Amino acid sequence: MTSPAALRLHIPEPTGRPGGTTDFSYLLLSEAGEVPRPAPDVPAAATASMAKSLVRVLDHEGRAQGPWAPAIHPERLRRGLRAMVKTRLFDARMQIAQRQKKLSFYMQCLGEEAIAIAHAQALQEGDMCFPTYRQQGLLLSRDDISLVEIICQLMSNARDPLKGRQLPVLYSYKRAGFFSTSGNLATQVPQAVGWAMASAIKGDTKIASAWIGDGSTAEADFHTALTFAHVYRAPVIINVVNNQWAISSFQAIAGGEGTTFAQRGVGVGLASLRVDGNDFLAVYAASQWAAERARTNHGATLIEWVTYRGGAHSTSDDPSKYRPADDWQRFPLGDPIARLKQHLIGIGEWSEAQHEEMGKELEAQIIAAQKEAESYGTLLDGRVPSAATMFEDVFKDMPEHLRRQRQQLGV
Amino acid sequence: MSTDIQTQGASVPMTMVQALRSAHDVMMGRDEDVVVYGEDVGYFGGVFRVTEGLQAKYGKTRCFDAPISESGIVATALGMAAYGLKPVVEIQFADYFYPAMDQIVSEVARLRHRSAGDFAAPMVIRMPCGGGIYGGQTHSQSPEAVFTHICGIRTVMPSNPYDAKGLLIASIESEDPVVFLEPKRLYNGPFDGRHDQPVVPWSKHDMGKVPEGYYKVPLESAAVFRPGKAVTVLTYGTMVWVAERAAIDTGIDAEIIDLRSIWPLDLETIVNSVRKTGRCVVVHEATRTSGFGAELTALVQEHCFYHLEAPIERVCGWDTPYPHAQEWAYFPGPARVGAALKRAVEV
Repeated sequence: MTSPAALRLHIPEPTGRPGGTTDFSYLLLSEAGEVPRPAPDVPAAATASMAKSLVRVLDHEGRAQGPWAPAIHPERLRRGLRAMVKTRLFDARMQIAQRQKKLSFYMQCLGEEAIAIAHAQALQEGDMCFPTYRQQGLLLSRDDISLVEIICQLMSNARDPLKGRQLPVLYSYKRAGFFSTSGNLATQVPQAVGWAMASAIKGDTKIASAWIGDGSTAEADFHTALTFAHVYRAPVIINVVNNQWAISSFQAIAGGEGTTFAQRGVGVGLASLRVDGNDFLAVYAASQWAAERARTNHGATLIEWVTYRGGAHSTSDDPSKYRPADDWQRFPLGDPIARLKQHLIGIGEWSEAQHEEMGKELEAQIIAAQKEAESYGTLLDGRVPSAATMFEDVFKDMPEHLRRQRQQLGV
Repeated sequence: MSTDIQTQGASVPMTMVQALRSAHDVMMGRDEDVVVYGEDVGYFGGVFRVTEGLQAKYGKTRCFDAPISESGIVATALGMAAYGLKPVVEIQFADYFYPAMDQIVSEVARLRHRSAGDFAAPMVIRMPCGGGIYGGQTHSQSPEAVFTHICGIRTVMPSNPYDAKGLLIASIESEDPVVFLEPKRLYNGPFDGRHDQPVVPWSKHDMGKVPEGYYKVPLESAAVFRPGKAVTVLTYGTMVWVAERAAIDTGIDAEIIDLRSIWPLDLETIVNSVRKTGRCVVVHEATRTSGFGAELTALVQEHCFYHLEAPIERVCGWDTPYPHAQEWAYFPGPARVGAALKRAVEV
């Protein structure tokens, strides 16, 4: 009898480390226009192959190709481009403000702008998004949320709408359909399912949309949410943003090796799509498809958006320590802003001059907003909401023990 | 001590299960946003039958079964509450809330505060608790202290059918999240800790006479369950009845305070009683160390130190998991409570 071979534990590794070059062939890409588009009422099981392929619309020349190419007015595309540029410029300014110690912390969404912004265009007034900390595009694509108010939250100053309680970037805008962001990961996906269930219980027409990163799909809450979404056929879209990196852990550590995150939905019985997250048109088309499916009582959709986190995880992270410095430049799905701009110019609806002009205008707008927000104070200069406010909102009405504690603090 | 308000309807005998069911019924009838949800609560009516008949009466989308996922139940209920519904969810046994802990602590309890009132999650999380039913270590726990340590959650535990209904109605109407603990040893009759004696049914007790309609027992209102002058007993749930038995057995004129709302609580009633008697025994079924008795003892010490004539006694479950075969040695019975009462009055 031969002695058994020693067992070995497999530890997934990325295909590139600092000093080397990433082999992106693991991404399993499809060509633009290659993936079929079923009707939104398709049985969930019939989407199984779409959890492995990649829905793409824009080809290498920026032309819209295939069945997913949406009928979308150029004005809408220009608005999307504008929101993406605004988000990128805003992120850059806030990143600098953090380095100047005006903010304690910031998280940019460099390279992922299309995912929130095109998705927002496919939703309707009253729908509720349950975002993570990297969907600021949902807010920045709107005209009715003032940049000043957002920056006041980031600076935890006297006019912070969240009274200085939340980390910068953990926003809450009920009026904009933006649910209070949690720092605990994956918790909000089942909450979104519950919100969608409530909308269905009430016979409403609103749907929910939830967001999670590739890393935190390993959390139990994510799998629980998929089960509940399937069981109750909840009108919800579950967005997995696969930006390849959960801080320094490559997506394979969360279970992405040899499979896809969209495939998580297949076994649960959810319609599942894997989509080019850097392709504004594909994001819009897939979001609209999933929203229509939800709104017509055909149930939830799981969408994996394939993208790349162009910047650091947060201002406390240095990605050059764990991945090749040129990864983002070499990422095969490119830059969502450059791709939409190329498309718009290609169809004669935009120009380099207009683009440059728009950038200047947005930059000026953001600088002005930052100046005004700073005039109300920053965490560092101590012009923050009164300490008395921390005892508020623990309960609807302040109980006696909190009243006494507030008195002990002397505020 | 508070008075109960707006009682409607004739009083009829009810068990605690029936009283809780009646509270659901009244509130589902009054407010179509009340939704009842949890494992087995729909068609079957719950393993303890609290929600029996509600699905038939109010329809499948107002009372329905959930997958076996406490985290999922609490999380989806949060979403429903944020939408504007009033979910009343059941965790089948209190022992099973642990998978939902992150949702309760990090999400439900904090949503209003972290969003500065932009969002809130008023909901009721019901869970049968406590031992004395041969439930072993996984069907016997009293986890109230866990919730009292979390900012933003109300924790409630009734000791009788009348309070159970009135407190549950108040909890459903509360704009805060409430953890509603139901001592399952009391579901069918008051239990005085004498496990070898037959249980007297609620139908033979005044507190088993429950108005059929709407009434509230306000939260944060303790009850003077039994007036007395010699020593104050601070307790709640099943132990209220054990304490009464101990007072009768020892002949000690103990004043028993039933907290009803564990946190936030009615400090005034507690302080008034201890200042009057000068002696205090804290009784709960949960494990002693870092149990809620520690908080009660500290509060009494802070507020009544110069009135105390004896050390504050604590009678609690031992610092071990709840054992199956040794259940009656674990359960703080009338003998242990009586011994503490004697020590307190003899100092």
